[in-house]
Amino acid sequence: MKEFKKLLQFSKGYNLMYFFAILSIIISQVFNIISPLIIRTTIDSIIGSEPITSIYIQKLVNFLGGKEFLNKRLWIIGIVIICNAALRGLFLYLKNTLASKSAETIAKRIRDKLYDNIQRLPYDYHVKADTGELIQKCTSDVDTIRRFLAIQLVEVAGSIFMLTFILGIIANLNKKMVIISIVFLPFIFGFAVVFFKKVRYNFEKADESEAKLSTTLQENLTGIRVVKAFSQERYELEKFDVRNQEYRKLSNKLVSNLAMYWSISDFFSMTQVGLVIVLGSYLTVKGELTLGTLIAFVSYINMLVWPIRQMGRTLTDMGKALVSIKRIDEILSQPIEELVINGEEPVIEGNIEFKNVYFEYEKDRPVLKDISFTANKGDTVAIIGSTGSGKSSLVHLLPRLYEYNKGSVKIDGIELNTIDKYWIRKNIGLVLQEPFLYAKTIKENIRLSNPKMPDIKVFNAAKIAKIHDDINSFEEKYDTVVGERGVSLSGGQKQRMSIARTIINESPIVIFDDSLSAVDTETDIEIRKALNLRKHKATTIIISHRISTVSEADLILVVDKGKIIQRGTHKELIEKDGLYKRVYNIQSSYDEE
Amino acid sequence: MERNEKSNDKFNLSTWKDFFKYLKPYKKDFLILIGLNVLLGAMDSSFPLLSKYAIDNFVETKNLNGMGYFASFYFAAILLMSIIIYLFIAQAGKLETKIAYDIRKLGFAKLQELPLSYYDDKAVGWLMARMTSDIARLSETISWGMVDFAWGFAMMTGVTIYMFILNAKLALITLSVIPPLAILSVYFQKKILNAQRKVRRINSQITGAYNEDIQGAKTTKTLVREDLNLEEFSYLTTSLRNSAIKATKISSIYLPLVLLCGSIGTAMAITFGGKFAMAGIISYGTLVAFLSYAAQFFEPVRQMAVIFAEVQAAQASAERVFSLLQEEPRIKDRDDVIEKYGSIFEPKMEKWPEINGKVEFKNVNFSYKDGEVVLDNFNLVVNPGETIALVGETGSGKSTIVNLFCRFYEPTNGDILIDGINYKDMPQNWIHENLGYVLQSPHLFSGTIKENIKYGKLDATDEEIVEASKLVDAHEFIMNTEKKYDTEVGEGGNLLSTGQKQLISFARAMVRNPRLFVLDEATSSIDTETEKIIQDAIQKVLKDRTSFVIAHRLSTIRNADRILVVRDGKITESGNHKELIKLKGYYYNLYTNQFIDEESKNILG
Repeated sequence: MKEFKKLLQFSKGYNLMYFFAILSIIISQVFNIISPLIIRTTIDSIIGSEPITSIYIQKLVNFLGGKEFLNKRLWIIGIVIICNAALRGLFLYLKNTLASKSAETIAKRIRDKLYDNIQRLPYDYHVKADTGELIQKCTSDVDTIRRFLAIQLVEVAGSIFMLTFILGIIANLNKKMVIISIVFLPFIFGFAVVFFKKVRYNFEKADESEAKLSTTLQENLTGIRVVKAFSQERYELEKFDVRNQEYRKLSNKLVSNLAMYWSISDFFSMTQVGLVIVLGSYLTVKGELTLGTLIAFVSYINMLVWPIRQMGRTLTDMGKALVSIKRIDEILSQPIEELVINGEEPVIEGNIEFKNVYFEYEKDRPVLKDISFTANKGDTVAIIGSTGSGKSSLVHLLPRLYEYNKGSVKIDGIELNTIDKYWIRKNIGLVLQEPFLYAKTIKENIRLSNPKMPDIKVFNAAKIAKIHDDINSFEEKYDTVVGERGVSLSGGQKQRMSIARTIINESPIVIFDDSLSAVDTETDIEIRKALNLRKHKATTIIISHRISTVSEADLILVVDKGKIIQRGTHKELIEKDGLYKRVYNIQSSYDEE
Repeated sequence: MERNEKSNDKFNLSTWKDFFKYLKPYKKDFLILIGLNVLLGAMDSSFPLLSKYAIDNFVETKNLNGMGYFASFYFAAILLMSIIIYLFIAQAGKLETKIAYDIRKLGFAKLQELPLSYYDDKAVGWLMARMTSDIARLSETISWGMVDFAWGFAMMTGVTIYMFILNAKLALITLSVIPPLAILSVYFQKKILNAQRKVRRINSQITGAYNEDIQGAKTTKTLVREDLNLEEFSYLTTSLRNSAIKATKISSIYLPLVLLCGSIGTAMAITFGGKFAMAGIISYGTLVAFLSYAAQFFEPVRQMAVIFAEVQAAQASAERVFSLLQEEPRIKDRDDVIEKYGSIFEPKMEKWPEINGKVEFKNVNFSYKDGEVVLDNFNLVVNPGETIALVGETGSGKSTIVNLFCRFYEPTNGDILIDGINYKDMPQNWIHENLGYVLQSPHLFSGTIKENIKYGKLDATDEEIVEASKLVDAHEFIMNTEKKYDTEVGEGGNLLSTGQKQLISFARAMVRNPRLFVLDEATSSIDTETEKIIQDAIQKVLKDRTSFVIAHRLSTIRNADRILVVRDGKITESGNHKELIKLKGYYYNLYTNQFIDEESKNILG
């Protein structure tokens, strides 16, 4: 039950409302239970001549004008019946609305919290994250909890109340009949519980098979070019058919299970009702029951049988809610990044100093070793090196996506790990290698970090990033939606978009993490020229494999296996033997050809 | 999709007429089901009569004669009813799975027949939705909807008939609540359905947002967009919450209204029935039967309203599914061709002539559906065994040339001849059977490495598979995997590296020893070592085969027999590497710009 306690953090302000929802279902049940009593009294004592046994009912009858009076005016009873139904309806409405309001609000809060937690999980978590599983938790698990609160818990509470209440009423009516009325109920309930537990396996099997069918279909559709090129249409059809048949077979099995369940359960339920009618009639003939009481019993048993059966099923379903809460908690209990700790916002100009910095993802496997270099405000530092040399890790340290293990990094003289993540990231523009664009319009994507940015700034950023003309060639220009539902951009266009959305912020430090790789050399040069022409020149760090890109930098760092193996300006480096010169030489050899 | 859903609010008879064509094979199943249901409805409506009988014959007369028979009869009726319920659920469920199975199969076969151009403007998700949820909803609505309708109808008819037999006057009085109830039900069910639809739509937006939340997390961090993201997301969840509450409210108003109608029926039954009973016009048993009927006939009315609304909702699904099933393929083998050479699913391959490899584009024009002209009077002759490298920008038309050659597209005007035969006079798969095809992003199917290589030739022996792998230098890495050729490649081949996938896709193409070859070369960088292996593989693969290469790698281009620079659907430069360098034109520029990049990368590793 400690799982349910976890829900309490989301239900603040709605506990009372939820309590009223349960209260409402109980009240509506009371009206539901009263209605057979009205009919019983009418048939037995108003139309018939039996005495009224209950003093409460006697009082009510007296209030309405007495037996004789009502006998002549049955319509009054009709109105009582209608009023009773109306009140029951009112409370049912209240129950549904109140339960829905609280459950939906709680679900909304869980969804928001999940969303926020996910985006605040450390960078490292996202590198390894399994998207499918996370989404599963955020959608279907939340929905399981929502249904549990909005429907199941309330229904079960109502059913339990009804069961005790009805038992209480009929216990006063006739003891023998009580036993007759409930003898099958445990079976009906137990059968539902056992069945749905057992059949869960078959449900899962069918689900799995359906998932396999979808996967086969998806693979076929994404690989349709291959299918056609290899003329394997027939083979594919046969492959699909195997899955299709398997899914059908498992679904049929499930159908048989369900048919079995419903028919057997119906059998029990109808037998229970039948038992009441037959034995009840017998007892009535024997004079132990009045006709009205018999009818009341028949009504009550009808009222009990179906909810009891439903309850068996609901209880098994409720088990799922527990599992879902646990699964969601797996996300919520992950440590998240604190973006603001001290709340200080020192002015950042862009002086960077690395001093003997070490960094490792796993213990004793350093990715960066003894990194030291200085970049003054407005400088350009270029980093060149092989894949896996550690150059990306190096620049990821600056916006504190990872924390260095040893050494010191200072920004304008302040130790980096004392600057709030929020603040340092605001001041560093990092263009990632594989840019992610949101399913928004191009304009919204460019002013992503500040939706209030004026259009003119968006256009300027796009012009600097050399994406403006591309954008204008789209039908809806800056209002074109990108992503799956809209225009798909090429790798180079995406990179330029991501440059535009970074430089629009005019951060004092800008990092290009190999983010010009899909842009051709000419455009690359133009973009960098445009960047240099800006008023406040940012301290720039560029990772690239292009000599032409790095050659103009104030400082070039050649990185290999986590260490800086060469450093200097282009002029200095081409004078020395080494990796840089070798790369440079290719360029010259091409020029000669 | 959202557009589709909105346009479908009106009931469209022709859609359903279409559908009945597909239902013909299930006529018998439906008849059995409807029969079972009528029986069920009739029995359901008879149970109150049993109570009436008990009251009138035992309770009222204070007489126990025949009680035993009555009890046995009652029990027998319950047993029979349970059996019918079993049969009916099993039958309806099986019909549902059968219809779903059949339509899925039809749909899948259609998808295989449709040419690639069909896929150009359709997202996989869009097609998936048609093949999965739309078909599921359609078959569910059809099988269950129909039987539930039959049940409701039988039940209502039964109840009405019984009531009239018992007492026509009281029946008329009690039933007078049905018309308003029916109107109310239809009105509300429609509203409920629309509200639920809206909830589902927002729900799918939320799933999309979560997807972005996860995939875009790194971007979010670097742009410090957390608060803005949450604000936007919170807006979505709030609107989900509000629409969900609204949907609940609508259905929560409906239910009490039904109860109210029911209570009015009961009230009238007791007011008038009570009078009649006291006057001796009807028996007590009849009064009780009326009371339970009054409570009973709401369920079928409600049920039928639900079905009515569901059928309307399923109509959108039906239209989408049929539009797929009835899609006319733009590339289709002529009837006489099928007659002579067989169909896609049943080819008569023994009749197909062998391909030597001469390819000729003759005055070929090609334009897209929207009229955009890609190729205009394009001519090209490729000799058997020749390697053609196509170079040019995205959208220049080089992909179109390859697609036309593969007959993924057909020329709008003009002809393409293979060994002098117009390929339209042959089945589509004639070329495909002789084609080796390697894609820029290699697509593997889940299964083992061996199964994937076999994809090129289903009856390939193990020796042939190993041979093909060796030829493209894939053998070595395969033998280094844990289960060798039986290693699972994962969904889409994702358990392997890009380079490994690429090599397997080469082996897959080579195992069929094709005469024609198409290579769409990757621009994405892979590690140097694999890069070298792949380059070697490419040279071996292209040798002596008529090949088209959409080329990005310097080595491939250099080794091609002929390089064609394609710009705006025209060949602007043509010749081998040296000749084109001398021209100092587009190729020269491309070469000096792009290839230096490539080599630098190689050195850096």
